[in-house]
Amino acid sequence: MSTLATRARTFRPPTRIGRFSTNAILTIAVIVVAAILPFFYDSGSGFMNDATVALIYVVMALGLNIVVGFAGLLDLGYVAFFAIGAYTMGWFGSSFFSTANIHIGVAEQLQSQPGIHLNWLIVVVVAAIFAAFMGALLGFPTLRLRGDYIAIVTLAFGEIIGRIAVNSDEGVFGIGTFNLTNGRSGITPVDKIDIPLVDRFTTLNLRPWYWTALAFALVVLFVNFRLRDSRIGRAWVAIREDEVAAISMGIPTVRVKLLAYAMGAAMGGMAGTFLGSFYNTVNADQFEFSFSIFVLAMIILGGLGSIWGVVLGAVVLSFINTNLIPDVLNDVPSKIGLDFDLTELGFGIFGFLLVIMMVLRPQGLIPEKRHQVELTEGLEGGEHETIVESRI
Amino acid sequence: MSTPEATAEPTLPPQGAAILETNQLTKQFGGLTAVDGVSFRVPERSIVSIIGPNGAGKTTFFNMLTGLYKPTLGSVIFDGRNVTTKRPDQITALGVARTFQNIRLFGTMSAVENVLVGQHARMKATVFGSILRTPRVRREEREAQDKAREVLAYVGVDRRRHDDAATYLSYGDQRRVEIARALASSPKLLLLDEPTAGMNPQESERLTGFMRKLRDERDLAILLIEHDMKVVMGVSEQVTVLDHGEKIAEGEPTKVRSDPKVVEAYLGKQG
Repeated sequence: MSTLATRARTFRPPTRIGRFSTNAILTIAVIVVAAILPFFYDSGSGFMNDATVALIYVVMALGLNIVVGFAGLLDLGYVAFFAIGAYTMGWFGSSFFSTANIHIGVAEQLQSQPGIHLNWLIVVVVAAIFAAFMGALLGFPTLRLRGDYIAIVTLAFGEIIGRIAVNSDEGVFGIGTFNLTNGRSGITPVDKIDIPLVDRFTTLNLRPWYWTALAFALVVLFVNFRLRDSRIGRAWVAIREDEVAAISMGIPTVRVKLLAYAMGAAMGGMAGTFLGSFYNTVNADQFEFSFSIFVLAMIILGGLGSIWGVVLGAVVLSFINTNLIPDVLNDVPSKIGLDFDLTELGFGIFGFLLVIMMVLRPQGLIPEKRHQVELTEGLEGGEHETIVESRI
Repeated sequence: MSTPEATAEPTLPPQGAAILETNQLTKQFGGLTAVDGVSFRVPERSIVSIIGPNGAGKTTFFNMLTGLYKPTLGSVIFDGRNVTTKRPDQITALGVARTFQNIRLFGTMSAVENVLVGQHARMKATVFGSILRTPRVRREEREAQDKAREVLAYVGVDRRRHDDAATYLSYGDQRRVEIARALASSPKLLLLDEPTAGMNPQESERLTGFMRKLRDERDLAILLIEHDMKVVMGVSEQVTVLDHGEKIAEGEPTKVRSDPKVVEAYLGKQG
């Protein structure tokens, strides 16, 4: 561990090659490779599908990373924001509310269909605002809590949204008879994303989906970097490290925490709209607790708080989930004479991976410097007593 | 908060405007009264000490001044404003900064970053400004960085240590960074909770000199909790003694030192 410690001791400026830092060169290389990737694969192939989903998971993971990685608020209910985003897409981009007849910025063939049909670009903004609001709402009851207790409240929040999704096919909270979510049958079909000047988004042509997802992920990545290196990012780290010291140094902890929840939720919600449209269905079965854990596993595997680590973790786990287990390794057990499919063990495998990871490399694939310092020094948040008397 | 009757007679003649004033400040934890009706004032640009045996309520008193504890009774007036019910961050924004008895730096942040956090309340960058990194935000960030390094140099942290994670700094440097972090919020009043704890006599003496320098160069008042009597007697213009949460004496250091009640609190009843 001593080499690790000396490496983490100072935060040196990055090494440079000519005018550009090695980091910048790597970043550009990754973006270029990601951008030209579709040219090497069939536009309707399974790989394109998996890659698109992986990019959306990157967005989700980056959003959760703000809450858990930066601000240190363990959120186990992240699925709620996926649900909120997806339902926003379902409500405003399908024939579900068939009595309404609203069309804004959508293609010709949708004009004649009943329901509310808004362009995805509008839905994304609506979902971001709605999810951010719900994120802040979730934040409120957790403000006076810390650590494990926050985890339990957020877990419950995720479950509540999940239950509402299942049971709101006839009245919401049992009130009235309004069908809000169509329960397990779900809302389907959902409008395809339609962006002016971009090729048609169809199930056979996944390239526009992929590039949209890539652009989306890059924007969120950019936002993450900018926030991390700002006054707000420092405030998040400060409250993660020592909330009492942070508030005593003039950081309005309530506002800063709610901001973290809202930013994370907005990203989850926006990603939800994409997946709702991409999967062509929004139904209650998509919003299971295991989804929250899946996204959390991505950021832990990648490196808590480390932006590139989270990107890598999301891509790796997403591909293991959508490609490696179901397509590559699925019939391995039957080949060696065992009577089951590997897909049945999906979460067992993730759990196993996490355990291996925690033993061999607890700081994650690409560790964040701060987290490395924490691990080597045995520092942990919350070692000080809490002495703030909350005044919300 | 209702205004309590100002029955406590000022033991000290008012000398200049007060930067901080408390009236009958009281804190009860359940049945325990940790601080009991303490009224006192800190004149502008002065150095005032609070002393008292362990458990006398000094830190509780501090925590009420900075808003971490909500007083059960009484009021805190800072710079002419009633801050009794304000949140800690609001009080810091108004101009009160503090250090902690057991150092509470952000361990994984560098010294500079710690000091940058101290400037949070003085900076204005919004979420959208930070994402877009507008020229104004850029300038503000650069100025904050410069100021952080300047303050670190001012308190005597070696340049080579500025980018080290706080947890790897020496004990003395950690103390200095904590003071720098507090100074970065441009306070009018600096609260130091046992700043010389763990220091040797030479270091304590240097810190004493530094406190005077701070008061003179940075125009601030300093309120000090301290156990080291040499420091207290050497630096303070006024000393307040707490015992069992009550103020038992107040005045110039030499007078307080010979006050029989103070001697009793520290040494027990004589004879």
